[in-house]
Amino acid sequence: MAEMRREWIVNAVLAMALLIVPLVALWINEPFYVTLATRVAILALAGVGLNLALGLGGMVSFGHAAYFGLGGYVAGIMAHHAFTGLPMWIGVTGSNQMLWIWLWAALLSGFLALIIGALSLRTSGIFFIMITLAFAQMIFYFTLSWPAYGGEDGLPIFVRNQFPGLNTMRPWDMFILSYGVLMLALVFFAMLRAARFGAALMAIRQNPDRAAAVGISPFGVKLAAFVLSGMITGLAGAMMADLTRFVSPAMIAWQMSGELIVIIILGGVGRLFGPVAGAAILVAFEVIFGGITEHWQFFLGLILLGVVLFARGGLIGLLAGRARHG
Amino acid sequence: MSAMLEVEALEVFYGASQALFGVDLTVEEGQAVALMGRNGMGKTTTIQSICRMLPVRGGRIRFGGRDITALPSYRAARLGLGLVPEGRRCFPNLTVTENLIAAARPGPWTLKRVRDFFPRLGERADQYALTLSGGEQQMLAIGRALMTNPRLLLLDEATEGLAPVIRREIWTAIAALKAEGLSILLVDKTLSEILPLADACVILERGQSVWHGDPGALTDEIERRYLGL
Repeated sequence: MAEMRREWIVNAVLAMALLIVPLVALWINEPFYVTLATRVAILALAGVGLNLALGLGGMVSFGHAAYFGLGGYVAGIMAHHAFTGLPMWIGVTGSNQMLWIWLWAALLSGFLALIIGALSLRTSGIFFIMITLAFAQMIFYFTLSWPAYGGEDGLPIFVRNQFPGLNTMRPWDMFILSYGVLMLALVFFAMLRAARFGAALMAIRQNPDRAAAVGISPFGVKLAAFVLSGMITGLAGAMMADLTRFVSPAMIAWQMSGELIVIIILGGVGRLFGPVAGAAILVAFEVIFGGITEHWQFFLGLILLGVVLFARGGLIGLLAGRARHG
Repeated sequence: MSAMLEVEALEVFYGASQALFGVDLTVEEGQAVALMGRNGMGKTTTIQSICRMLPVRGGRIRFGGRDITALPSYRAARLGLGLVPEGRRCFPNLTVTENLIAAARPGPWTLKRVRDFFPRLGERADQYALTLSGGEQQMLAIGRALMTNPRLLLLDEATEGLAPVIRREIWTAIAALKAEGLSILLVDKTLSEILPLADACVILERGQSVWHGDPGALTDEIERRYLGL
């Protein structure tokens, strides 16, 4: 109980810190840090998606960049058509409205996760990791050789898409939008974890046969979680495309899938605020060590090694105590 | 009374070796049936086969009039087969509440009712299952099976390795469930504890059902021959 209380305090501190840092940056007129905090929030959102599959369900997906990239391409393609006025397919026009774009990004990512999940969840362990990677690589190479939307050069979003009531071109507005979506996703994750669905998913991770004996369908529950996970990560991809105003195959590359797993491990697998802590560490390393050496990932690797060897619960585990769901 | 569970000529293999050579048993609605036999005679294999956790090579299992021989275990459980497995087998890294709600299915047995039935589970709601005592884990295993709102409860060695005072508590709970009309198939080695509860007995010997009957019909000769008493 004490550990759970401590975790809630750590979570509250992290949520406040992510809000206060860009506020201070805005106050001292350093909008760069506001954008950095936005990047943390969006990467954390993608991490929340993966945490659902990996943290609660034990599904080590090495292909979540597929959903992240698909979300990004949905935003890029819809914005591109809205900008050029050219119809997309069979007369459907583009859009520069984030809410509409997010809906499609989440729906299409969820559909992709349904197909990939239905095929790959029949395997487990190393085979599951490799199949999810293989699917993501297929999509990666497809975008690389798709000249209509920039191929390997990627696709720029000339004007950031719009959200009702906000000026998304202003760094603070873009931040508060991303922060708000992240908090909603975290509330959704917490509710899911506390519900029968979350308990069933964690039970399957611990012992699928035992879970089946009490009426839980391991395949059905895992597939539903995988689809939800893909939808959240796809939504994050659409937001990241808008933040950087650019989409490219790099969003789907295996390095991106690896980065999402690193975020989860650094923050704490299965922990509610694990993705927030992990994304903050990743972006901080990128900024601090990236300014000193282009080999900043070496230092990140050292930290990752340290976490895996000495702090299996990630940063949240270190601050709030033993992993809640071992 | 009508038959809730009918097992006919059940044959089960572990790889190439045959474990069950023809088990027959019937549990009528509202009845408690004791499945008995010495160690290694196929009691747990029979229970696991009924719950569809093991593939059946021959014979037939009917539950509630429906042939469930080829169903996956989660679908059999949803039809109303509530298993309390040997050795408790709770989900160790889930809390008591999570263990219970993971199995929840609509019906009269709700989280509140299970906690009322086993107040200890309410007191330990946020504790991980692995931190519970053996008796509490057994209550949790029974509670988890009840959360599936079963029509037939299968108890495999429900009191194994527990202190006498806890055993009594568990048997009292099982008797209360029977009094409510729940059908029960139970396996236990302690005859003095299961026979007062049982309406009928089935004895397994080397993977075959060799004796069926009323507990009152159990003679010293049968007990000596099949149960090693």
